[in-house]
Amino acid sequence: MKPLFVGIDIGSTTAKAVVIDRERAVLSQAILRTGYDFAAVSESVLVTALASAGLDRDAVAAVASTGYGRRNVEFADFQRTEILCHAKGVHYYFPEPVSVVDIGGQDNKIIHLGAKGERLNFTMNRKCAAGTGAFIEEIAYRLDLKLEDLNGMAEASATEVAIGSFCTVFSCTEILGMARRGIPIDGIIKGVFRSVVKRVSEMDALDGKVIMTGGVVDHNPIVKGMLGEALNCTVEVPPHPQVIGALGAALIAEELSADKEKN
Amino acid sequence: MAEIKKLETAKLMKKVMADHFYEIDAAVKSGNPKVAWCTSVGPAELLRAMGFVVYFPENHAAILGASRAANDCIPAANAIGYSPEICSYLTSDVGAYLKGFTPLSKIYDGIESIPKPDVLVYNTNQCRDVKDWFEWYAREWKVPCLGIESFVNVGDVTKDHVDSIAAQMRKLAVDITAATGNKMDEDLLKETVRLSRQCSDLWKDVLEIATNKPSPLTFFDGTIHMGPAVCMRGTQVAVDYYEILLKELRGWVDQGVAAVAGERHRIYWEGMPVWGKLRENAKLFLGLETCLVASTYCNSWIFTALDPDDPWNSMARAYTELFIVRDDDYKEDYYRRMLDLFDFDGIIFHDAKTCPNNSNCRYGLPQRFSKETGIPFITIDGDLNDLRCYSEEQAITKIEAFIEQLDG
Repeated sequence: MKPLFVGIDIGSTTAKAVVIDRERAVLSQAILRTGYDFAAVSESVLVTALASAGLDRDAVAAVASTGYGRRNVEFADFQRTEILCHAKGVHYYFPEPVSVVDIGGQDNKIIHLGAKGERLNFTMNRKCAAGTGAFIEEIAYRLDLKLEDLNGMAEASATEVAIGSFCTVFSCTEILGMARRGIPIDGIIKGVFRSVVKRVSEMDALDGKVIMTGGVVDHNPIVKGMLGEALNCTVEVPPHPQVIGALGAALIAEELSADKEKN
Repeated sequence: MAEIKKLETAKLMKKVMADHFYEIDAAVKSGNPKVAWCTSVGPAELLRAMGFVVYFPENHAAILGASRAANDCIPAANAIGYSPEICSYLTSDVGAYLKGFTPLSKIYDGIESIPKPDVLVYNTNQCRDVKDWFEWYAREWKVPCLGIESFVNVGDVTKDHVDSIAAQMRKLAVDITAATGNKMDEDLLKETVRLSRQCSDLWKDVLEIATNKPSPLTFFDGTIHMGPAVCMRGTQVAVDYYEILLKELRGWVDQGVAAVAGERHRIYWEGMPVWGKLRENAKLFLGLETCLVASTYCNSWIFTALDPDDPWNSMARAYTELFIVRDDDYKEDYYRRMLDLFDFDGIIFHDAKTCPNNSNCRYGLPQRFSKETGIPFITIDGDLNDLRCYSEEQAITKIEAFIEQLDG
């Protein structure tokens, strides 16, 4: 039986699992809503990922967990922060100096990587949900729109309004005011995505190649182009950007178990 | 997991702090000697030389924070117009008063309230908030509130700065006499300045013990043991205390005792402590085998300019030379000197929501220093007392990721 290595990323909004083999080939992945029971969802997301590719749990040689719920993954052999795991995951696809922009459910990260994938520095959003996935979810909820429709609405829009407020709650008030005045909703949604990009690009100085990861760009690819426009640089997105942290964790599981075997 | 190492001198610390509060309480109850409130880096020497016992409300506010009572108190001050955005020492302390609460009553039998002063004396070298804080009590109790208006963003401290502050101090003494009847004793002033300088030198030696590798002292120890330097400088008690503490720490160095077992990384802490999370954060760094070896905050009670032969000018210089009063060029140079001294691997900046003057990460200073020295940094968003401004999970993730980065 060939050994499998699993990364589990328990984020604030979604739980992700990625399974790789010793050759570091990605075999399967899964994404579930995190909910409130982190231990339960870590088990479910692993089972889902294994089942989707017909993999045997007994073949799992090592598991690394990451994300805010990393300590709740009871079966994990290793725990690492999402900063390290995103760095690993991005370096897997882009083995060169890059800046990573990750927009997650409740936090944003910018990580600068050197040529070998070493972290030069990183920054995270302040204690504020503006510019995160939670901001977009809140807007969708207030406007009674489906999350999955937002990207299409924004891309189809010929207009765009500027969202001026910093705070998620005040932005909602501002947006509801626009809707009340009859401003077309698709132009407002486009403005919402622009606002997300602005908040992120304010976090740190970015140049060179920029890689976007996280659920927001996975579900709303419009933000990739907007970030490129904001920074005047090339922005690329790896395959399955939402599971990059879990992929990084899987790579760490493989690395550390190989180290253990050597020792 | 390794346990936090406790210094034996900590027991003595409890006694000297208890004596300090009982002395003030007795003075209030008997009416003699008179009581002055003073800001923590205010002219304490001047007040002692005028015969006052001196109470430091910032110390009280820190106790409110460390005992996690602050968040029960802050809303009461917010409700009377003191914004959640301003100093949470102020809002904690005023809020506690409004609620009729003080942790001193819980800790010290017989102390029923904070001491009502005969005079409130501030120095704005830290911020304007200390003046606003004292003025609230001045209005509440109809007590005189006097002080020194300091310079801000000072580059080199010049003779003009010193002359101006020294003149303000002399006038302050005259005004205090007019308000309370207490007179300046110049001989006692010299003696007080001598003791204060001695306390300062010993405190500096205590903090610099962390230059040893491994360090026997952490920032968290410093925040506890700075009590006498804040509240009792200018007295023999403080001098005696730091002589004993220093002896114990030197013994630890001789024995190779590490405050953090297996010290792998050495970090500089810039900014206020998160008082309500001291223990949790001490344990976090202990688990990461990382020692916070030095901090601007603990260094703030080092006053090497104090000179008993020139008390007025030297007090003026000492209270103007403080880090918090200085411009960013000075601060950047200061970090360089601390780097040479303590040989740290990184800096953690605490961006305290309600304390802009102690949050030195808002004008590009971390980036400039890091670019020049290659020393990495992170910023933690939090607050000194208001835990509503602190996201513990986010802070832990940032700190753990920073240590992972240092691990390479």
